[in-house]
Amino acid sequence: MSDNSQQHGLNTALLWRALIYSVLIIMAVIYLAPLFVMVVTSLKSLDEVRTGNMMALPLEITFEPWLKAWQSACLGLDCGGINGYFWNSLKMVAPAVLISTLLGALNGYVLTKWRFKGHQIIFGLMLFACFIPFQIVLLPMSQVLGWLGLANSTSGLVLVHVIYGLGFTTLFFRNFYEAFPNELIRAAVMDGAGFFKIFRYILLPNSAPIIVVTIIWQFTNIWNDFIFGASFASGEAAPMTVALNNLVNSSTGVKEYNVHMAAAIIAALPTLLVYVVGGRYFVRGLMAGSVKG
Amino acid sequence: MKNSNNPKPADKTIAWLQTQLPKLVLAPSFSIILLFVYGFIIWTVYLSFSASRMLPNYEWAGWEQWERLWNTLTWQTALDNLFIFGVLYIVLCLVIGLLLAILLDQKIRLEGGLRTLYLYPMALSFIVTGTAWKWFLNPGLGLERTMQEWGFEKFEFNWLIDPDMAIYTVVIAGVWQASGFVMAMFLAGLRGIDSEILHAAQIDGAPTWKIYTRIIIPQLGPVFMSALIVLVHLAIKSFDLVIALTGGGPGNATALPATFMYSYSFTRNQIGVGASSAVFMLITVAAIIVPYLYSELKGSKK
Repeated sequence: MSDNSQQHGLNTALLWRALIYSVLIIMAVIYLAPLFVMVVTSLKSLDEVRTGNMMALPLEITFEPWLKAWQSACLGLDCGGINGYFWNSLKMVAPAVLISTLLGALNGYVLTKWRFKGHQIIFGLMLFACFIPFQIVLLPMSQVLGWLGLANSTSGLVLVHVIYGLGFTTLFFRNFYEAFPNELIRAAVMDGAGFFKIFRYILLPNSAPIIVVTIIWQFTNIWNDFIFGASFASGEAAPMTVALNNLVNSSTGVKEYNVHMAAAIIAALPTLLVYVVGGRYFVRGLMAGSVKG
Repeated sequence: MKNSNNPKPADKTIAWLQTQLPKLVLAPSFSIILLFVYGFIIWTVYLSFSASRMLPNYEWAGWEQWERLWNTLTWQTALDNLFIFGVLYIVLCLVIGLLLAILLDQKIRLEGGLRTLYLYPMALSFIVTGTAWKWFLNPGLGLERTMQEWGFEKFEFNWLIDPDMAIYTVVIAGVWQASGFVMAMFLAGLRGIDSEILHAAQIDGAPTWKIYTRIIIPQLGPVFMSALIVLVHLAIKSFDLVIALTGGGPGNATALPATFMYSYSFTRNQIGVGASSAVFMLITVAAIIVPYLYSELKGSKK
């Protein structure tokens, strides 16, 4: 091999590296662009939004749109901003996530460590429930919520999200506990520990990774849900996503794009925060489950 | 798990309870699923054969609602759209996801940061994504004017209001949101491949692209499958994104089965037709998911 061709090979390799980095960076810019535009737009006055360039930084930063989105933007006839709906979502998410995670943990525990005949069928039926298009349950559910007196209420949405989250939470815990050594359970039984004692003192303390995954998953899904919110909770009980859609799509008169963008960011903040703080654990945990499948 | 060293007969009940306890714990969840998932499925199927219009009406009407569904022009549009959207969305997500994963796998500096960047759209709700892209693609104010101001004066981009092109804006926003997730799946798959085989191939002098096309990508089969299942399922369920981005319009140009079902059930007072369309959606999803779940569960039994 001559010096020349070695030099040539090095150059090609360098060129490849440069190409790889360029593609990665261009893609990063594309992924970031909509978020960038949202943030920039939300900090501009409406005049500047109309006359300026979408990608340009604001000439004069104003937090007016954020304030307006939060407390005085009009959604239909209600001009109280989106803050009430933000709390609705929080009040819906917290109990729904906690209850469905706890039930999922118990179910996963039973389905792996206390199996009985037919456990495979039960698990299969619960698993399929994860994948149904929710349209199939909308009509009966709205009737049932009406009968229960839970139509147009946050409690109704909590119930709905607990029910349709059970499949996923059970799946997560079941896959996680599957890998948990049975010998430990057997030893505990020998020592006279009962069903709940084993769960409380042996399984739970070792469940942190899967609890994080489940909570992030449930939090994101329930916070981001639109179809149940739109179908079962209109008006004052609506969650954040429904309110945002109403704000953006129903505003008569002037379209206040800056206010819309501020509201959209507010609606996205909780899940973005969860993602930034817990995303690493989430991907790690989720991948461990899905790839081995 | 039996408590055989319990002599007192009074404790028999307790012993019995102990053995039944796991079933009792599972029972509420399972009953809820049976009732609210499978019971409701039967309920909706029945509604699709009933005379329901504005209110549920349990009079049997045979195939009437189904005929009405298939004779609805919007439904045909929705199915065509689902096909266009589904195919493009799935293919683009897989291609971009795989490409990004392979590029990120080349010992890239800042890999963690880039990965986070590609993944963040997944944390957003479809409503937020739709709102953001609606603004981004706004004809007149968004991308169009930005490009014109940057010197491309002839640049035109009004897909959002063009009935023939609007469905492709849904594809753009959808791919933007989900491709990072697909990337993460592929990346995890790439990291799971036995590095010894790769070393052997490298020592044999195989060029990188050949190692990928011949050795690595064929081994990603299971990841492809999982990603495909997730994407198909997301595509069929897509509802929020369309609502926020185009509202199903212009006209009905971006209607999908999911938006069709909602509008016929809740705003057009055609509960029966809405139920039929929901059943159709369930059948489509089930046709893909059930064989997959079956093989997965069988595989995990061992």
